[in-house]
Amino acid sequence: MDRYARLVPSEDAAPRLDVDRILADPGVRIVVCCGAGGVGKTTTAAALALRAAEQHGRRTVVLTIDPARRLAQSLGLTELDNTPRQVKGLDVEASGGELHAMMLDMKRTFDDVVLQHTDPAKAAEIFANPFYQAMSSTFAGTQEYMAMEKLGQLHARGEWDLIVVDTPPSRSALDFLDAPARLSRFLDGRMLRLLLAPARTGGRSMFSFVTASFGMFSKVVQKVLGAQLLTDLSGFVAALDSMFGGFRQRAEQTYRILQARETAFLLVAAPEPDAVREAAYFAGRLREERMPLAGLVLNRVHRPAVPAPDAAESLAAAQRLVEAGGHEGTVEVLRAHAALAEQADRERRVAARFTTAFPAVPAVSVAAQPVDVHDVDGLRAIGAAISQP
Amino acid sequence: MRVSERPTDPAGPGWPARLHVVTGKGGTGKTSVAAALALGLAAGGRRTLLVEVEGRQGIAQLFGTDPLPYEERHLTDAPGGGEVRALAVDAEEALLEYLDMFYKLGAAGRALRKFGAIDFATTIAPGLRDVLLTGKVKEATTRSTGQRRVYDAVVLDAPPTGRIGRFLNVTAETARLAKVGPIKTQSEGVAALLRSPMAAVHVVTLLEEMPVQETVDAIAELTQFGFPVGRVIVNAARAPLPAGTVVSQAELRRGLLAAGLPADRATVAGLHGEARDQAARRELEDSLRADLVELGRPITELPLLPGGVDRAGLQALAAALVAAD
Repeated sequence: MDRYARLVPSEDAAPRLDVDRILADPGVRIVVCCGAGGVGKTTTAAALALRAAEQHGRRTVVLTIDPARRLAQSLGLTELDNTPRQVKGLDVEASGGELHAMMLDMKRTFDDVVLQHTDPAKAAEIFANPFYQAMSSTFAGTQEYMAMEKLGQLHARGEWDLIVVDTPPSRSALDFLDAPARLSRFLDGRMLRLLLAPARTGGRSMFSFVTASFGMFSKVVQKVLGAQLLTDLSGFVAALDSMFGGFRQRAEQTYRILQARETAFLLVAAPEPDAVREAAYFAGRLREERMPLAGLVLNRVHRPAVPAPDAAESLAAAQRLVEAGGHEGTVEVLRAHAALAEQADRERRVAARFTTAFPAVPAVSVAAQPVDVHDVDGLRAIGAAISQP
Repeated sequence: MRVSERPTDPAGPGWPARLHVVTGKGGTGKTSVAAALALGLAAGGRRTLLVEVEGRQGIAQLFGTDPLPYEERHLTDAPGGGEVRALAVDAEEALLEYLDMFYKLGAAGRALRKFGAIDFATTIAPGLRDVLLTGKVKEATTRSTGQRRVYDAVVLDAPPTGRIGRFLNVTAETARLAKVGPIKTQSEGVAALLRSPMAAVHVVTLLEEMPVQETVDAIAELTQFGFPVGRVIVNAARAPLPAGTVVSQAELRRGLLAAGLPADRATVAGLHGEARDQAARRELEDSLRADLVELGRPITELPLLPGGVDRAGLQALAAALVAAD
């Protein structure tokens, strides 16, 4: 074990991620934080946004998805009202920056999209449909889609220097990239058009050549789901029909913004196998989609405060003290230090799986905090830690 | 393994249910805990099924096997002649199987899939998707050959705490959409099983603030929906901090010298700082542990595995789980 510990890659194997350069760059308008759940994504996004406002004087908005209650409160977010609210009491006098924060309200964002694309009467009809209700609140991917929709809206308004986005705690970190395409494919799909056809007037259309298959399909669907469901669905689809083009266009627009040079993706991970694997997978996907990956933020990293004694030396010394008797306090300190040194080695090996696969991606490690962060001071400290050379 | 050779009682007295739903905040290790539980409950010649429903292939990654198909497969042997099988439920496959069972669709089912109908049906209504997933779990839990159930226990690696209430509360979701028909019947059957003593929902947490908060919230939600809450499982736990304060720097310096280690200022201050951080962390862990105790549910603590979760580690977790009373 000890022999292999020496093979642990050094911390500077990857180029160092310079977060301040990104936050200060007026050409960077969007920072997207993504990664597996439970790695401190929301905290990282909030800390970066705060730093952009306080240190770099940028008019910043942070879009959070599902922040911990106390973190939300620290940003002055007491309710889910889907509108950016300015965070007060910050240290922005010198820089002239501003920080605004908002929590995504998925359903309301969806409602807004509907209202924007149709007249009030039709919108009311859509809102009343049980399918819309199910889809706007629980559709797998709606949250991801609406996060991107909200990003598109904030971007289009042009009133922000920098938009920092936290991504939803998805089943997989890829969902938010795929969701817009999936949703628009779905809304634009063959099945919907088939279902829609009976609700249209003069519905000969494409139907003539698929009538046989559709007859079978609709029979099965009626059997399994019931005729009422089919009627609701058909109504839903008919009502949404006018919006299809709009949906697809918006999804494509957001996708293009994400590919542009004004966007910087930051992968957030912790030195644990699952989180690192997810980050590596995501880095590969971003490369495929030609989306600008700026770097990796590795949270919750443990490092001993002093390199010597190493784990083995500490444990041997603790053993000597135990045998000689006395010095219980020191024994405890040495054992804790050995455990910390071993954990640090383990974490380095896990993190190396990413840096080996993506040696050119800049990375930065952020030390594990002894207690959780839920106030602005804590966020400031995290921001400083991410930026420290 | 012949059915007659399998013991009829559960492997652990603390796990009376037959269907174990394991949830927890993302990153708490719920997949490892679910796998360890399936392994533990299979001990002594029993047979269990470990199920995943989110298409993450977490079980395959944990065991280092090829991706799991929609098919119950031998996953691993358990000590004492037991067996763990694994299944990755896929909503589309489940719908096809379901249609085939009730309507003898055969080739027509495959045609529907080609046509996009299956994808469509499972996409349009998330409640439908969930009822198909949980329906399959119910079928495996209640399936029997002759007088004997096929599985002594089924362990579900369920969606995380943020989605668990909605995932299990299938009737509410589908009732809005399907007012009659077999989907409604199906979801009612699932709901009845999930609210019976045959099922238990266990929540995995770490001794960190957010996972504990989500555990508290999830248990409140599950209780409100009427699902039987089983255990709170504290993963990667360290023993409570022994009473006493951190040693002073002067005392530490003497100790280091006595042990023949360097005792320069930087070393003493560095080690002392580590010990102080450690003590702060432990203190927070103790207060979070107290919050969990207040929930009034049985708590099982699993040790932190320094080497990560390998096969030996899983076996250790399995043993710790079934030993719980």
